[in-house]
Amino acid sequence: MPAAALPGRATASSNPDRIGLSGWGNYPKVSTELLAPRTPAGARDHLLGRSGVVARGAGRAYGDAAIGTHTTISTRGLNRMRSFDAASAELTVEAGVTIADILAAFEPRGFFLKVVPGTKFVTVGGAIAADLHGKNHHRDGGFGTIVESFRLALPGGEILSCSRAENAALFMATLGGMGLTGMILDATLRLLPIETAWLRQDTRVAGNLEAAIDQLESSASATYSVAWIDCLARGAALGRSLVYLAEHATRRDQELLGPELAPFPSPRMSRLSVPELFPGWLLNRASMRAFNELYFRRGAAQQGEQRLVHWDPYFFPLDAIADWNRIYGRRGFVQYQCVIPQAHARRVLADILDRVSRRGDASFLAVLKQLGDGGGPMSFPLRGYTLTMDLPVSDTLFAFLDELDALVVDAGGRLYLAKDARQSRATFESGYPGLAALRDIRQQTGATTRLVSHLSARLGI
Amino acid sequence: MTGTKSILVIGGSSDIGHATALRYAREGWRVTLAARDIEAAQRNADDIRTRSGVETTVQALDVLQTAQLAGFVAGLSVLPDTVVCVVGELGDQLRAQTDPELATTIMRTNFEAPSLLLEQFAQRFEARGSGTIVGVSSVAGDRGRASNYYYGAAKAGFSQFLSGLRNRLALAGKVRVVTVKPGFVRTRMTAHMKLPAPLTVDPDRVADDIYLADVTRPRDVIYVARRFRLVMTIICALPEAIFKRMRI
Repeated sequence: MPAAALPGRATASSNPDRIGLSGWGNYPKVSTELLAPRTPAGARDHLLGRSGVVARGAGRAYGDAAIGTHTTISTRGLNRMRSFDAASAELTVEAGVTIADILAAFEPRGFFLKVVPGTKFVTVGGAIAADLHGKNHHRDGGFGTIVESFRLALPGGEILSCSRAENAALFMATLGGMGLTGMILDATLRLLPIETAWLRQDTRVAGNLEAAIDQLESSASATYSVAWIDCLARGAALGRSLVYLAEHATRRDQELLGPELAPFPSPRMSRLSVPELFPGWLLNRASMRAFNELYFRRGAAQQGEQRLVHWDPYFFPLDAIADWNRIYGRRGFVQYQCVIPQAHARRVLADILDRVSRRGDASFLAVLKQLGDGGGPMSFPLRGYTLTMDLPVSDTLFAFLDELDALVVDAGGRLYLAKDARQSRATFESGYPGLAALRDIRQQTGATTRLVSHLSARLGI
Repeated sequence: MTGTKSILVIGGSSDIGHATALRYAREGWRVTLAARDIEAAQRNADDIRTRSGVETTVQALDVLQTAQLAGFVAGLSVLPDTVVCVVGELGDQLRAQTDPELATTIMRTNFEAPSLLLEQFAQRFEARGSGTIVGVSSVAGDRGRASNYYYGAAKAGFSQFLSGLRNRLALAGKVRVVTVKPGFVRTRMTAHMKLPAPLTVDPDRVADDIYLADVTRPRDVIYVARRFRLVMTIICALPEAIFKRMRI
C-alpha cells in the first residue's frame, strides 16, 4: 500500500511546483506553475502581481498557446452555469464550462450552438480566445458571432464587461486574441433553437482536390460543409475527398427520413444509432490505408442519398475516442492548419497536399473547409480554404513545415494559432496584419509584459 | 412522481453536494442547498437551475451552531423527501494533535453536528412515514490511522450513528438511511493531495451512486470506489499488533 493511499492523509500541502505541461499535440512540453482557482474571483486574484501568466481551458489548443511562461491559470474550476433566458436563448456561463456541458444541458431542451469546432471538449473561454470556427464559417462566421458579452479580468485586477457596445475594441481583440488581452471569467452566448438532434446529411464524392473545391464552392448555400481528404491518394486522385453537406433536420425532415427515430434521442441511443466514424482499433498506421479505402467506399456508397446523422458523430467524430492524441506517441504531433485566400487556394493547396503525400508520414485524413471573413483583428479565418492535418513530430518535420509555411505566406495565408507550436515570427507577422491592434490593446491594459504564453513569447506578441 | 419530490443537501457549497443536487435535479427533483458559505451555495444553485431548469433554493445554515438545528428543520417550508448530508472537514491532523480547539472542530464537524441534524430529520421523516437520510461518511472511519485519526474517529462515530439510526428506523417502518463511503474524491478538500487513480472517483460518480442507492436500487452502505470495500476489509482484518507499525 503506497504511503498516501488512504483518504484523509494530511500530507503537507505540496508546493504547487512547476510541472511539465503541453497542449493537445503533446508538443512542446514546457515547465510552468499551474494554478487551479475554484471561482472567477479566485482566478482574478491569481492574476494580481503575476507576470508571464496566461489562462488555460481544457488544454485542447495543440501547441503552446495555453501555457504561461511562468504561470498557467486553469479555468477548469470555473465550470458553473449562471443563467438561461429561454425567450432570448441567452446563456451565461463561467469560462471553464465546455461545449459538451452546454449541449448536454440544452440539446434536450431544443437548443444548440450555432458555431461548434471539431471537438466538444473545449471551454467557452478557449472558444472565444481562439475565435474558433465550425463547418459553417463561410455562412455564419466564427464563435465570436454567438458571443453577446463577456467579463474580462485585466492583469491589474480590474474586471471589465465587454461587448460590441461596451469596450468594443477590447471585445474584438479578445476574439482570437489567445488569452493575451485578459482572462475571460464568464460569457453570455446566444443559443440556436433546433427542432431535432439530427442533421440531414448529403455525401458527395470528389475524385480529386479540384473536384472537392468545386463541390464546396457550388454548395455554398449549405449550412455545414466539409471535405475529408484521403491523404494516401496520389497522382490524378490527389485530394480525393468525401464532401459532407448538412442541415439541421427539421421535425418534418426527421419524419420523412427517419420516422422510427426520436427527435431527441438519449445520448446512449444516439451512439447506437450511428456507427462510429473512427473506431479506436483502426487508429494505427498499419491499417490506415485499408481504413481510408473502406471509409471512402462507404461514403461513396452513400452518395446522393440523404440520411440523418446525429449531431454528436457529425460534429465530433473524434470525441468518441478518448485520448486519440496519444496515437502519435511520446514525441507528440503537430496539427498543421493553414488558410489560403480564395484566389490561390486551388494551386497552393494542391502543392501542399502533393508534398505531404510524397512525404508519407502525414495524417491519413486531412480536412478541407471553406472560411468566410474573420471576426476580430486576430481571428484566424479569412475568405478562402483551410486545410488541416496531423503530422507526428520527427527530426525532419519542422524543416518540412517551414517549406509549407513559405507557400502559405506567399499566397497571403496564415496559420491557426490554436494549432500552432512552431511557426516563425516572420510567418506569423506576415499572416496577421491585425497584430498591431492586439499590441495596442495589450499596451493599454498593461498586458504586454504580464500576460505571456509560450506562444506569445515565441511569436513576439 | 419524481417531479414533485424534493431533496435538501446539507453542505451545498461543496463539490459532492453540488454534484449530488444536480443529479437529483436532472431527474426533476426540486433542490434546496443548505450551507454556511451562502455565496458559494448560490453559485451552485444557479448552476443547477440553469443546467436542469429545476427550481433551486438556498438556505443559510451553520451546522456547528447545534442549538439552532431543530429550529432550522422546523423552519423548512417543505420537508424534503431525501436529505443528504455531505458536511465534513479533513482538518490538519498534525496541528490538531497540539491544538485542542481544532481537534474539537474536526470532531464536531464530522460527527456531532451531522448526527444531531440528521436526528431531527429522522424524527420528522418517521412522523411522516417516509423519507431517505443519506450520510456521507468516509472509509477513513473504518480504521484509525496515524495520519488522520481525528477525522477518522469522527467519521467512525458518524458511520456508527447512521448504522444505529438505520437499525432503529428499519424496525419502525419506512424511513431509510444510506451510509456513503466515497473513498478518494477529486474535490477542493483533496486538491492538495496526490491520489491513487484506481481508488479515486469524481464527485459526479459519488452523486450517481447516491441517487442509485436512494432511488433506483436501494442500498444501506455503499463504497463509491468499489475496490475500497476490499481494501478496507483487508485493512480492518490486520491484527492491531501489525497494523500499529504500518504507515498507511
